[in-house]
Amino acid sequence: MRSETRAPMALKLAAVGGLLFLLLPIALIFLYAFTTEEKSYQFPPPGFTTKWLGVTLGRADVWQAMGLSIKVAAISTALALVMGTLTAAAVARSRFFGREAISLLVILPIALPGIITGISLRSAFSLLDIPFSTWTIVLGHATFCIVIVYNNAVARFRRTSGALIDAAMDLGADGVQTFRLVILPNIATALLAGGMLAFALSFDEVIVTTFTAGQQTTLPIWMLEELVRPRQRPVTNVVAMAVVLVTVLPILAAYYLTRDGEHIAGQDK
Amino acid sequence: MSAHASTTPAIFAPRAGILARSVDWVIRHPRMFVFLMVLPITLWLGIVYIGALIALLIQSFFSIDEFTGLVVREFTLKTYAELLRPVNLDIIVRTATMAAVVTVAAAIVAFPIAYYAARYAKGRWKALFYIGVMLPLWSSYLVKVYAWKLVLAKEGILTWVFAKLHLGWLLDAALALPVVGGNSLSVSYIGTFLVFLYVWLPFMVIPVQASLERVPGELLEAASDLGATPRQSFWLVLLPLAMPGVVAGSIFTFSLTLGDYIIPQIIGSSRLFIGQAVYAHQGTAGNIPLAAAFTVVPIVIMGVYLWAARKMGAFDAL
Repeated sequence: MRSETRAPMALKLAAVGGLLFLLLPIALIFLYAFTTEEKSYQFPPPGFTTKWLGVTLGRADVWQAMGLSIKVAAISTALALVMGTLTAAAVARSRFFGREAISLLVILPIALPGIITGISLRSAFSLLDIPFSTWTIVLGHATFCIVIVYNNAVARFRRTSGALIDAAMDLGADGVQTFRLVILPNIATALLAGGMLAFALSFDEVIVTTFTAGQQTTLPIWMLEELVRPRQRPVTNVVAMAVVLVTVLPILAAYYLTRDGEHIAGQDK
Repeated sequence: MSAHASTTPAIFAPRAGILARSVDWVIRHPRMFVFLMVLPITLWLGIVYIGALIALLIQSFFSIDEFTGLVVREFTLKTYAELLRPVNLDIIVRTATMAAVVTVAAAIVAFPIAYYAARYAKGRWKALFYIGVMLPLWSSYLVKVYAWKLVLAKEGILTWVFAKLHLGWLLDAALALPVVGGNSLSVSYIGTFLVFLYVWLPFMVIPVQASLERVPGELLEAASDLGATPRQSFWLVLLPLAMPGVVAGSIFTFSLTLGDYIIPQIIGSSRLFIGQAVYAHQGTAGNIPLAAAFTVVPIVIMGVYLWAARKMGAFDAL
């Protein structure tokens, strides 16, 4: 789509207005992290302070929740990287019985509402008498992280010529060498981008987690409790800002890693 | 033909080591290779995910004993009949209506963003639009909801802006409306709607933009050369070509709104949505059969929706 006409004014306004609608609420998070107001969400803030940064840093419950979130996200991402990449390789590079079914199966956990994944896992755990643990959370998270990695990897595999692999084999590389020296360098950035997005998604997940966590508290669950019953608004403000920073940096990194020609395939989470 | 004798033989001798041998064996058997590659995902999603879904489906055919509060593991349609009670039917209609309204609004708000980004934005602006959509998409869901709690609070920025513009009466008038209004924006349907719209908007922008990128600009020029007014080229050329993208986006906005139980819990009136009903029934009430039956509702709605979307070719725009 290339033409040198200028955009009509109304379109420009609507587009920029939409962009502001998308970005301003996030900017507000940064403002409120420094407000001196403790009891309400008053705007404009009566004053600014950095006191709450220090208070939040000293909170053991926040750190504990953060630790659990990072652990779950790391394990889920690792599992998703292995399964997502293998599936992407198979779907992109060969035709086999059940190929359509598998590509549908992979997107199902994100096509169906998260609450369905959550409650079906929960009821399965209770049917099988599985106690809640870190692993029950991981079980849920990996299920929807796979599709993020898969989307990124499958796009890259389609762009990577199969002739490269044949050439490596013809030149005497064995399977492991071909993978390490030819395939991996070709898909590395896509995997890194997919992995980071999967990590961000897991780090942030709350709907499935409320069903699979039991009494454990991940950072999103900690925030949810604060949202339902606000008790410590200033600390929540700071945590919200920290979470934005933690999730935004991987997005920017993923953008730079995949911007050569393809868009980030995690788009349809 | 004998000149090749000095080169390496075409068939290598088996290499030493279990790993090397098994790798070689797998590569020589492509079908086995593919089988091994899809085995983990099939096991994981097939057992963990599909298995759990089936377990859920089975439980929706159980019922709860009204006296003991225990689940009776016998096949019955009693639980589904309960869905048709006015109070439960209300919940379903309310959720589906909200999902539909959010979807239509998201399409309307997303279209100019996507169109501008696809057709006019270049270089730095293109990157800005990309980040502008990706950032809210990937930012923490709860943080976004929290941000809107700040925005919609009675003492918050929106009230302040309306007051500064001397439009406070407009806000009050909107809140005074029956059904959609309320004491403040954060306890009204308007608030719930705004947050849903905000949170799912990127899911609409991205597929619409993808489908608009494929529309050649010459097509629109041709339309206006042939005498179409801008309005006609929009309705007759641009929108039909963007439709698969809109439908693809609507799958997300619709499905995500149907299943969400956190947004209406935090911002909105106390009237329940499907997700909240599911959560309440499986949690404190311990009525897993009814919760399961409730989750079947969005599955059925989405099944019909996806089937219709497939007919319209929406999956090519994903």
